[in-house]
Amino acid sequence: MSAPLISVDELTMRFGGLTAVDHLSFDVSEGTIHGLIGPNGAGKTTTFNMISGFYRPTGGRITFAGEPISGLPMHEVARRGLVRTFQHSTLFNELSVIDNVLVGTHMLFPPRLVAAILGRDGASRRAARERAEEALSFFGLHHLADELAGELPHGHQRALGMAIATAARPRAVLLDEPFTGMNGEETRRMMELMRKLKASGVTILIVEHDMQAIMGLCDSITVMSFGRLLAEGTPAEIRRNPKVIEAYLGGTPHAA
Amino acid sequence: MPRASAWTLGWLALAVALVLLPQALSFSQQEILVFLTINVLLVSSYRLLTLTGEWSLGHAVIMGVGAYASALVTKWTGLFVPLSMLVGALTAAAVAWVLSFPLFRMKGFYFLIGSFAAGEIIRLLWKRFQDPFGGAKGLKRIEPMPNLDLGFHHFDFFLPTNYYYFALVAVGICLWLMWRVERSPMGLAFHAVHWQDKLAQASGINVRGYRMLAFVLASGFAGLSGALLAHYIGTINPGSFGVEQMVFILTWAIVGGTSTFYGPILGVVVLTILNEIVLRGMGFEQARPLIYGFILILSVLFLPKGLESLVQGAMARWRVAAPRPAPVEREKQA
Ligand SMILES: Nc1ncnc2c1ncn2[C@@H]1O[C@H](COP(=O)(O)OP(=O)(O)O)[C@@H](O)[C@H]1O
Ligand SMILES: [Mg+2]
Repeated sequence: MSAPLISVDELTMRFGGLTAVDHLSFDVSEGTIHGLIGPNGAGKTTTFNMISGFYRPTGGRITFAGEPISGLPMHEVARRGLVRTFQHSTLFNELSVIDNVLVGTHMLFPPRLVAAILGRDGASRRAARERAEEALSFFGLHHLADELAGELPHGHQRALGMAIATAARPRAVLLDEPFTGMNGEETRRMMELMRKLKASGVTILIVEHDMQAIMGLCDSITVMSFGRLLAEGTPAEIRRNPKVIEAYLGGTPHAA
Repeated sequence: MPRASAWTLGWLALAVALVLLPQALSFSQQEILVFLTINVLLVSSYRLLTLTGEWSLGHAVIMGVGAYASALVTKWTGLFVPLSMLVGALTAAAVAWVLSFPLFRMKGFYFLIGSFAAGEIIRLLWKRFQDPFGGAKGLKRIEPMPNLDLGFHHFDFFLPTNYYYFALVAVGICLWLMWRVERSPMGLAFHAVHWQDKLAQASGINVRGYRMLAFVLASGFAGLSGALLAHYIGTINPGSFGVEQMVFILTWAIVGGTSTFYGPILGVVVLTILNEIVLRGMGFEQARPLIYGFILILSVLFLPKGLESLVQGAMARWRVAAPRPAPVEREKQA
């Protein structure tokens, strides 16, 4: 097997006396959809926030494409090609759909002050716009380009969040509970988009508490419970794993 | 008429009106026009700062930094006044850059308080140091703008009309620069930082860097407005850039609204006219800060989106009344 794209090693996060993530290690291979699951309170969001640079880990290491990224601020992690989305529909609600995605192209086409004032950045602006339109088309949002992001229906808002995240052609995206609040049809469409994204070469790490939702989607799964690694394997292996069944059905009040 | 030429015509009409305006005013009104022009730059620079979502209470002091710097540079070196004004602007930007390191460790309310404290420290330095700042009495006999003979017209900048023309050109250029910045991808990043700083950061935007940049740019323009003021009135002191002045800036910005480029300009123009015609006419001039505070509260209560929202509403109605074909045909997808 090739070297993993994302590698989490002995990752630990303490909030005061509470150890939310406890010496967690797992790898994500390039070109796969990897699920990080576990009952509510298992530490998934905390792990996610550490990988994306939102939290600074108490201990342990994270490497991306062989390079250490733990402790880097979020925009530096993004610039290395690892971009996250947010758990709820976090968008620039006051901006148009196309402007939302243009923000996403920021890394590809960083603005330059003097060139912008003198109007010497036409080529870069056009290229950014083309890329933004391409990203919108990919997620089937092209016809909504001029709408206000805050006025889109929920499913489209989630797709827009992914369009923003992928606009700068990241190598990997992190998705936090992307199916929450979606109906069956929206869920099915979102899964299709994820498969399409994977086919375009993007590695996907999904954090999800509803195990059934992502069984059919993931190539491999890491299960967490009480901050620790509980099990790892293919969806079929995870489904049969007695420890996983126990964690979901017995151990916690939030059985899925 | 095609849209482009209608715009050109509109701008031309505005330019002519602005050039002819002093002819319609009395001498004292012409003086007020000079202050108004300078204040348009001041409040517009404040809006640039607020684009990233942080409201500073140090803007009046930063304006003063530009004023003091430009006045002192001409005194020490005899530098040509318009150039020293640029030095003033750069000094204000540099001071803002240094201040931004501690200040942008804070956000929201704490930033507000921090910016106020930083400003008060600068004002204390002005008061404390007789040399070079002149202490509480400030600087007097500041080098005036030298006369200029352009052949067709001899500009004596002691006259408000002539200084107004000079300020108009300077402020016009600055507004154009700010407009270009806001309409660029950089302006979009400012807006992104304002509306959702987490998502902006996740998109690779250095949020703190952009907040600092907006602060530094805005401070440069505010510094220039201070320098324009200093070389016109000829005397400045720490009181010229105190809390009262900051309240005026806030009132102009909030009453006008900050979501459009023209909102704050509308605010300062309307309130200045109100001030001069109504307050001065009725002899309430002394109570200006009090009345401004009152107007501020009224506008927050009854016009929370500012005067600009009235204009936006009127334009929306006008568009409905006279529909134009959409400039770009929307592509409909199956
Ligand atoms: N910022 C925080 N401060 C203190 N405790 C937290 C914080 N974030 C999460 N926790 C705690 O850490 C544990 C793991 O939370 P989280 O990572 O959100 O779990 P999950 O996403 O798997 O539901 C929970 O007990 C939660 O209460
Ligand atoms: Mg969670």
